[in-house]
Amino acid sequence: MQNILELKNIGYAYHTLQGETKALENISFHVKEGEFVAIVGPSGCGKSTLLSIIAGLLEPEEGTILVNNPDGSLHYPRVGYMLQRDHLLEWRSIYKNVILGLEINHMMTEERLSYVNQLLFDYDLDKFRDKRPSELSGGMKQRAALIRTLALDPQLLLLDEPFSALDYQTRLMVSADICHLIRNTGKTMIIITHDLSEAISLADRIIILSSRPSIVKKEMEIHLTLQDNSPLAARNAPEFSGYFNQLWEELTSE
Amino acid sequence: MNKHSGELTMQEYFITTHKRQRRLITSYRFLIMLFFLIFWEVSADLGIIDSFFFSSPSRVVLQFIKLCADGQLFRHISITLWETIISFLLVFIISLALSTLLWYSTKLSDVLEPYLVILNSLPKSALAPLFIVWLGTGMTTIIVAGISVALFGSIISFYTGFKQCDPEKITLIYTLGGKKGAVFCKVVLPGSLPTLLSTSKVNIGLALVGVIIGEFLAARQGLGYLIIYGSQVFQLNLVITSVIILCLIAFGFYKAIQGIEYRLKKKMGS
Repeated sequence: MQNILELKNIGYAYHTLQGETKALENISFHVKEGEFVAIVGPSGCGKSTLLSIIAGLLEPEEGTILVNNPDGSLHYPRVGYMLQRDHLLEWRSIYKNVILGLEINHMMTEERLSYVNQLLFDYDLDKFRDKRPSELSGGMKQRAALIRTLALDPQLLLLDEPFSALDYQTRLMVSADICHLIRNTGKTMIIITHDLSEAISLADRIIILSSRPSIVKKEMEIHLTLQDNSPLAARNAPEFSGYFNQLWEELTSE
Repeated sequence: MNKHSGELTMQEYFITTHKRQRRLITSYRFLIMLFFLIFWEVSADLGIIDSFFFSSPSRVVLQFIKLCADGQLFRHISITLWETIISFLLVFIISLALSTLLWYSTKLSDVLEPYLVILNSLPKSALAPLFIVWLGTGMTTIIVAGISVALFGSIISFYTGFKQCDPEKITLIYTLGGKKGAVFCKVVLPGSLPTLLSTSKVNIGLALVGVIIGEFLAARQGLGYLIIYGSQVFQLNLVITSVIILCLIAFGFYKAIQGIEYRLKKKMGS
């Protein structure tokens, strides 16, 4: 598999009048096409900063981001970013919300719109297309937010603790659900999470960051033997607790 | 099911109680008005207050009929209404344009902030004599006076409304590939609609204040002129009738904007 993304010695610091706060230092890793990568680390370690840099919202102060597109071009891959909350706009219907990205980019083509309609249909949101966001459950809102992201056909999906606003039970269901949907599209995903068990159950590889200024402490490949496709399957896999302990030790040791 | 007094369910009971409360409040409101009018009329008739200075409801009604009969009143009211609506609309357009500009350029808003604060706290009635000298006595002066009272507060309120937009919603637009223009059109402006409307409710009242001040000083028509004229010729019936009409106009304006607000909220679903 080709690398879709390569980060080389990325560094970033925040500047205030009081001084400089180093957030990231010498971050290097790569992500293969179709791979699911989870990034974990202590809170405030600059995970979101890293994601913003990958998304192109922030310029790194040091280092480079290399990209290998399938067609061999050096364009930045189309990146879709899912934020911590769904941020569906209450003054728009669900349908108007999911085509927001297309509207902004003037991409309201027949092909794109029919893709969106297909997604609405596939994700059981078709009946709710004219409803307001507040009329939907937390899980349905996350699905709508996912469609909004997928509508622009990104190659790489970035998820910044996308389930943290949900209660625990919903979170288990929705995170498994959303990741299952993304896997079916064959896209690459980078997810930030606080939740170690979530990271193990969703990702192919986990990147562990140290506390601020962040460096890559360790990378861990995850291979689970799954019995079925239920949200709890990964957590019931025999290898799960071993990974969990290893991850816990990495995070707590200085 | 849980029954109350044998007939009504708890839900029906709740609704009946709620409706009764609403009716009670409406009737109290009318009672206050009624008592006030009766008290006013009786004290004037019994000579407790001098009806020459304080008028009385019956005199106001007679004055109103007289003014209606010679057709003047309609002209005065429509002129004041017209001036107020023009001032209000101009305030809305100018402050929307300027606050958008301030939102776009943080540098500009930083530079202009102290000026806005000073202009907003300045008592605008102090400017009215200047407007007369600069613009003469006429409708332009009065509309400018109306604008001057509402404008600066309105710019500040609009701008503050824009600034209060959820920063994560702004990030959302950027993650979808939007630029600053898209941020404004898709998130900031629609999100600030409640602020724009509530500010407008205040603005229409302020525009009316400005127009009346203007008419006091520089008009030959309008309700402000009628009030000043009435006080100069000691026709206090005329003054009080005009004031009561102004009350009704202010209330009507407020209700009109509230109606627009309600309709938009229903449409926007929030």
